[in-house]
Amino acid sequence: MEAQGPPQLALPDLAARRSRLLGDSSRRGVVLSTASTVVVLAVLLAVFLLAPGSAQVRHTFLNPADMWKAFVGDPKAGYYSVGEALWLNIRMFVVAEVLILIVGLVVAVIRQSTGPVLLPLRVVTTIYVDVARGVPLILIIFALGYGLPALQLTVISDQSAAVYGVAALVLSYSAYVSEVYRAGISGVHRSQVAAARSLGLSQSSSMRYVILPQAIRNIIPPLLNDFISLQKDTALVGLLGSIEANKAAELFSDTVFNYSSYVVAAILFLILTIPLARFTDHLIRRDQARRLAGAGQ
Amino acid sequence: MTEHKTDRTSSADALRIQGLRKSFGAQEVLGGIDLSVAQHEVICLIGASGSGKSTLLRCVNLLERIDAGSVWLDGQLITARGVDENLVRRHVGIVFQSFNLFPHMTVERNVTLAPMKVLGLSREEAAARAAELLGRFGLAEKRADYPDRLSGGQQQRVAIVRALAMRPRLMLLDEVTSALDPELVADVLDVIRELAMRGMTMLIATHEMGFAREVASRVCFLADGQIAEQAPPAQLFSEPSDERTRRFLRRITDAGRL
Repeated sequence: MEAQGPPQLALPDLAARRSRLLGDSSRRGVVLSTASTVVVLAVLLAVFLLAPGSAQVRHTFLNPADMWKAFVGDPKAGYYSVGEALWLNIRMFVVAEVLILIVGLVVAVIRQSTGPVLLPLRVVTTIYVDVARGVPLILIIFALGYGLPALQLTVISDQSAAVYGVAALVLSYSAYVSEVYRAGISGVHRSQVAAARSLGLSQSSSMRYVILPQAIRNIIPPLLNDFISLQKDTALVGLLGSIEANKAAELFSDTVFNYSSYVVAAILFLILTIPLARFTDHLIRRDQARRLAGAGQ
Repeated sequence: MTEHKTDRTSSADALRIQGLRKSFGAQEVLGGIDLSVAQHEVICLIGASGSGKSTLLRCVNLLERIDAGSVWLDGQLITARGVDENLVRRHVGIVFQSFNLFPHMTVERNVTLAPMKVLGLSREEAAARAAELLGRFGLAEKRADYPDRLSGGQQQRVAIVRALAMRPRLMLLDEVTSALDPELVADVLDVIRELAMRGMTMLIATHEMGFAREVASRVCFLADGQIAEQAPPAQLFSEPSDERTRRFLRRITDAGRL
């Protein structure tokens, strides 16, 4: 215990240096960061409260009574519950996520293939990815939502707006997600392919058992990031008339002439996305820790 | 090239290479290799880095497409058009300098994957085969570990076991000790020594001259993309006939590696 002498002071304190890099967690650091946060928030709040139109804005956007009314809804008065409408968003993105994971993987594997037989498919998927990423999502939603019913086909033209909306989301997001998959696949070292093929595994077996499992592990954080974005973008389907959270908020504001419903919708979306965002960050940190540990060996 | 002496003459050879050429872009790495390996023979390939040892092994495993020449495995021309490379690779095991174990699989799964998916063995059969081999090379208790929990030497031994689990007729070893810490080299060399004793036909690219001298039936010195000299180890190491071999061995001796 008496070893806490001068020699240790003379040595560079690596732990302290690291904690400085990562953010000082000493008590003084906590006090300082808390104080600065409080000051910043107080200044922002003061600006908001002292602005000339503050009372007006608070009444139109943050009225607790209207927020509650928008949350529970009143169909007889001509508006629906924003909370209930959110259920449609949830269903849409769950279905879309599953489909996107499948379509994106198929597209990525086709684009990554080398066989001459698959060349036509490679061309088609390449064009698809370019187009689907290049056209704004809102236009894809309009194209499917108004175009497919107008074709007057059986089944295809008789779906609800939500179905067209999900189709548009899948079309757009699968292109992005296929690129994420592709990055993951090419991130697996070539020597892994050589090892798999040298054992007599076919190209598809190598992909399935050796490459994809490693690729997918690496791309979970960017995939989740895309899904956070997807959760919000389900709100765009309201443009086709589906009563999802954002559309319900719009109906409320049209009826009651108060925008607090939009704040309710925003809060509900945050409640959905923040846990996923935290989870993604957690995975990224864990991944970094694993990489650091690996590099140290 | 013109005559196809596939059956009689070469059936005695485990491996026969004729006129093999391989270039990467403008750089010719192998400029006409001729080599015959008899059954149960252990051939060590020596030579400076970049002399084409690894490329030669990768060509035999069909991991590289050759530009010219022919390779026969047990009398069968494997470089012909239309040959199923996956079928060839079942019979030719290769072990790499950098192990290349599958990091997301346990040791056992690394070893059983190919026997199950390529040879169609059941999980039990493959596991039994893996257990037998892992036990033989002192890795029995590592069965359920992931590769990153193993030392370099253990990983390389698992990689050898993974290749052996396919019961290959020919093993290609590509500088399998070069990435190991010196104290771990001996364990891996012991494994190879045992394989040689059991009669495994092997083509070994190596920098371990002492080992080559001890285990090889024949040593081939590669220089400028060709086999400059080949002879039994005693002869090649003590009275090399080619000037390039002499220079190479002198440098090795000066570095204290022989």
